[in-house]
Parts: sequence; C-alpha cells; structure tokens
Amino acid sequence: MKGVHSDDIRLLLVDDEVGFAEVIAKRLRKRGMVVQAVFTGTDAVRAIRKQDFDVAILDLKMEDMDGIEVLKIFKRAYPEMAVIMLTGHGSETAAKEGLEYGAFDYLTKPCDLEDLVEKINQAVQAS
Amino acid sequence: MTKQHDKQKPNNYYRLLTRNMLLTIIIVSVMPMILISGLILYQFENSYQEKVHAHLKELVLKHKQNIDTFLREKLDNIRFLGISFSFDELKDEDFLRDRLAGLQQVYGRVFVDLGVVNSEGIQVAYAGPFKLGRAVYSDASWFSTALQRDYFKSDVFLGLRGLPHFIIAVRENWKGEKWILRATIDFVAFNNLVENIRIGQTGFAFILNRKAEFQTKPLLELVPDREPYMGFLRDSRNFKDGVRIVEQDNSTGHKIIYVAAVLKHGDWLLVYQQKASDAFSDLGTTIRITLALILMGTICIVTTAFVLSRKMVARVAKADRENELMNDQIVETGKLASLGEMATGIAHEINNPVAIMVEEAGWIEDLMEEEEFQKGENLAEFERALKQIKTQGRRCKDITHKLLSFARKTDSRIQDVSVNALLEELIMLSEQRAKYSNVTIHAALQENLPTVRVSESELQQVFLNLINNALDAMEKIGGNLRISTQMEESHIIIGDHILIEVADDGPGIPTVNLAKIFDPFFTTKPVGKGTGLGLSICYGIIKKMGGNIEARSVIDGGTTFTVKLPLPKSEEGNA
Repeated sequence: MKGVHSDDIRLLLVDDEVGFAEVIAKRLRKRGMVVQAVFTGTDAVRAIRKQDFDVAILDLKMEDMDGIEVLKIFKRAYPEMAVIMLTGHGSETAAKEGLEYGAFDYLTKPCDLEDLVEKINQAVQAS
Repeated sequence: MTKQHDKQKPNNYYRLLTRNMLLTIIIVSVMPMILISGLILYQFENSYQEKVHAHLKELVLKHKQNIDTFLREKLDNIRFLGISFSFDELKDEDFLRDRLAGLQQVYGRVFVDLGVVNSEGIQVAYAGPFKLGRAVYSDASWFSTALQRDYFKSDVFLGLRGLPHFIIAVRENWKGEKWILRATIDFVAFNNLVENIRIGQTGFAFILNRKAEFQTKPLLELVPDREPYMGFLRDSRNFKDGVRIVEQDNSTGHKIIYVAAVLKHGDWLLVYQQKASDAFSDLGTTIRITLALILMGTICIVTTAFVLSRKMVARVAKADRENELMNDQIVETGKLASLGEMATGIAHEINNPVAIMVEEAGWIEDLMEEEEFQKGENLAEFERALKQIKTQGRRCKDITHKLLSFARKTDSRIQDVSVNALLEELIMLSEQRAKYSNVTIHAALQENLPTVRVSESELQQVFLNLINNALDAMEKIGGNLRISTQMEESHIIIGDHILIEVADDGPGIPTVNLAKIFDPFFTTKPVGKGTGLGLSICYGIIKKMGGNIEARSVIDGGTTFTVKLPLPKSEEGNA
C-alpha cells in the first residue's frame, strides 16, 4: 500500500455517521489495520472494555454522547491509547479542548485518508 | 408599507416638539421679565406718585402760607393804622392820603385806597384813585359784617367801583361810636400770588370762596364747572395739615390732580390742579421706555426661542435619523448573522454526505488495485472517473469550508485581519453570481501585505457590499470586476495604509448622484430593491476604522471605489 506499513495496528473508529465510519473502516483494514467501527459513544466505551486498542479515532459530534466526554472516559480508563479526534470545519475549539484532555491530535472532516493514515502512524510511533 | 406612515409621524412629532420647546422657552423667559418689570414699575409708579403728591402738597402749602401771611400783614398794617391814629385824624382826607402814600411807598401798589366809614355806613374820608368820597355802604354786606367784628377780610366783589377787589376793614371805637377803617387790596397784586403757581403744561392755581366763586382771576375757560370743588369746600375743616390731594376724572375724561388748601380760616380755598398725565409725564416716559424694553426683550426672546428650538429639534431629528440608521445597520448585521447560521447548518449537513462519497470513491480506488480489476479494459476510464469524483468532492469541501469560515466571522471583535484572504473568500463566494451575470472577476492582490486591526465581519460587509453593487451595476450587460490591493505609504492623515480598489466597467454613476451615494436612504434602485443604506453603512464602517472610502465614476466607463485602511502603528503591528 504505497509504502505505508500499518500492519497490526488495533484501531477503534467511533463515528455516528455510519456510512462514513464503515467506508473508512474498510479502507483502513485494506491498509492492514485491525479496525473496529462503532457508531455511538456508548458502544465505543463498551468496546474498549472488551478489548485493547492502540489508537482510537473519535468524532467529537455525536448524537448520544459528547465526543469530549467519551475522550475523558478513554483517557481515564486507557491513558496509553492514542486518540485522534475528528471535527467539523469551524468547530476547532472543541478539538483544542480535547488536546488539553490528552488527545494526540485532530483532523477536520472531511479529511484525506492519506492524512489520516499518516496521523495514525505518528500516534502509534509516539506511544 | 408602514414606512410612509412612520415617516409622517415624526414630522408631526417634531412640529409638536418645536412648538412645545418654543412655548416653554418663551414662557419661562418672558414671564419673569414681565413680572419683575411690572413689579418694579408698580413700585416706581407708587413712589413717584407719592413724591409728586408730596411736592405738590408742599408747593400749595407754601403758597397758602404766603397768601395767609400776605393777608395777615395787610390786615396788621391797617390795624396798626387804626390803632395809631384817631378817627379825627383819619377823617381828614389829606392826612389819609398821606397815610396811603406811606403805605404804598413801603408795600408798593398793593393798597389801592383807604377809606374811613362811620357807624352809619357813610364814608367820611377817602384816599385813592376813585371818586368814592361820601359813598354810602350802609347796605353793603361787608359793612354789616365788618361792624360786628374787630377786623374783616371780604371776598372779592365788584362793589361801587365796578372792578373786582376785596377789602380789609378794622373796626375801632371813637367816643362810643364805632367806625371802620377800610383798605382795598390791589386785585392784580393779590392775583400774582396765585398766578405764579404754574407747573408743567397744565398746572395752575386759583382761589375760591365758600360759594365756589373765583377770588382770583376767573378761569372760566379752564374751570367751567366748579361743582367738584364744592366737595372740598364742604370738607375743608377735615383737611389734614390744611391740605388735601385728590385724583379724579373730570368731565372731559382726563384724570386731574387736585390739591386744595384752606385760606382765611376756611373762608377761601386755594386750589391747585394739574392733569395727571402732565404731572406724571416723567413717569409716563419711564413707563413707555420700560414697555419698549419689555417689547424688545420679548422680541429677542421669541426670536432666540424660535431659532434655538428649530436648531435643537433639527439636532434631535438628526440624532433620531442616525439612530434609525444604526438600527437598520444592526438589523442588516443581524440578517447577515442569521444568514451565517443558516450557512453553517447547510455546510455541516452537506459535509458528511460529501465525505462519504469521497471515501467510497477512495474505497473503489483501493479495490481497483486488486489484480482482477487491473486487467479490465476500462481501467483508465474508471480511474479518471474516480479521480473526478474526488476532485469534485474536494471542491464541495472547499465551498463548505469557505461558507463556514464566512459564517464564523459575524462577530465584531477587533482582530488582525488579512485583507487579501478576506477578499479571496468573498471573490470565491461571489464567483457563481458573477458568472451568472457574465462578469469576470480579476484579482490583483499584492503579496505579503501586513494585517490590519479591524472587525473582520464589518470589513467583510463593506467589500461584500461593494462587490454586490458592482455586480448589480453590470448585471444586464456583463463586464469585468477588478479587485486590487496594494501597500501605500505615508498618507498625510492615515499614514501607512492598504489601498483596495473595487472597479467595475458598468454604466457608471452620473455626477449629480455621485455626490450623494454615501448619503443614507439614497438609492437609484427601484422601490423595494435597495434601502439606500448599504454605502452609507460602508462609509460609516470605514470611517470608524480610521480609513477612507471614495468613489469615482465615468459614464459608460465604470465606477471605482477606493478604500484606504490604516495599518496599525509600527510598534504594535509589524514588530
């Protein structure tokens, strides 16, 4: 996959936009990552209790739970797991707040997949 | 719709305001002036009247004393004569003539003649100019009265000689018989005592007896009716200090001052009279001057009040208009803000589907890398189509991003703003409309411009307005819209600044209108299309930023708006 080597990265993708989450999951899997996609904040919290992940990709704007709240739970329960936030354009304030709670970085939606992959790799290397 | 109604109401309102202000100023200023002037005038009139009265009283009193003294002196002279000489001596006419000559030598021609009358009323001796020797007075009223008293002063009467005169008589005894020494007082000399009292134009004096007959020169033309004086005569015993002063209207309707004093122990009345208008002529002048001053003051006050209230109401009206304008501006800003919110919503809604589409296309691309597809004959076409989807998706993303950042800037906080970035965004937003109107936008933005410290949303409003106006102007015919920025140095007033030009090649603005385009409510657009506020708001915003906005136009050549925005002072800005 064009020099990107992302084998065995365990990744949790949290986004309530099902179509988006699914296609991103598929594309990341194709790049060798082990991806689980969940569509609500609640499912995300359940998922990390069952299984460890190296990186979580977290949409900050979801129907059931505020992304920042999910982030806080993630960082409390699994501080070693890197979190990359996804935010809408113009809502960077929330993302910056997220950085204060220990998120690795953020990307604005819609983003290039290549950018996302690169960010994931950086996060893994950093942790 | 309600606009016309709204505009009519203020007119009434301002008229009413002007009127109220005018009345208030006039009442508040004129009333005290009139009150104070009236009070002072009243006091002055009173004291002046008192003064005039006192003066007249004193004058009359003095003359009364003069006359009384005169009469007493003359009487004393005659009494002295009667006591000093016997009846025998005095009945000698030569002797009597000598005595008269002596009296006339000392007192002048006051004594006209002397006569000695015996108890039967026969004048036994006479010295004087008339031929009255052996005249018989037994029937004369004065004779019987004189016989009963030690001395007697008669009223004026014509007597035997047929000329007005009055006599002084003293009664003496000689050998048991009563006889009378009688002297006639010169009427002219006596009259002079009274006639000298003349004041002003209408003041004169005269003497009346108890029957209101003139004891001095009759002034029948001046005093045709002596009825008013009867009152004084009846009342004369009650005069305080022997003088009474009264003001009353006479038969011709003039107000007259009467000053009366009793003479001869109440037998005679000295009357001085003068028209009040004459006596108080100085007062009249003062009143006239005061009234003239009050009138002038009132005119001044009314004029001032008129001008002042007009000016003030004009100011109020201007302030109201500005306020209204501000409100309109706020509404405009509000509209922009709600538009921004709507745009945000739409942008967010579109973002997700677009993201999914782009990602699905990416997924297909991923799959296309599988070998089974690599052999497909349409592979290149697939790849091109996918690339196109991605490209268009990115374009959508760009648009929504621009919309979002536009919407975010509806706050009026002062911040560092890059003019070029702001213009690029606006050009991007306006491109679709420009294309529709067949207008090409040319941007010539100088690179590396410093930022300006302004409210981004306000600046955005200004340029959006200018661009929209330019597009409106070229809507039918199409054309070119040139937007340029450049750095300029050291303007006299605003110092270093950025110069932005928005130029269209539309039909241009006639010179008559060009002078008015920044005026509020000036519009050439059809009714209902434009508020006429856009450019005046732009002007207000740019002026507030310390900048400058100008327009120049050539008919059929187009219009250019030039905006100059000052740069922050170097110590805080480019450091």
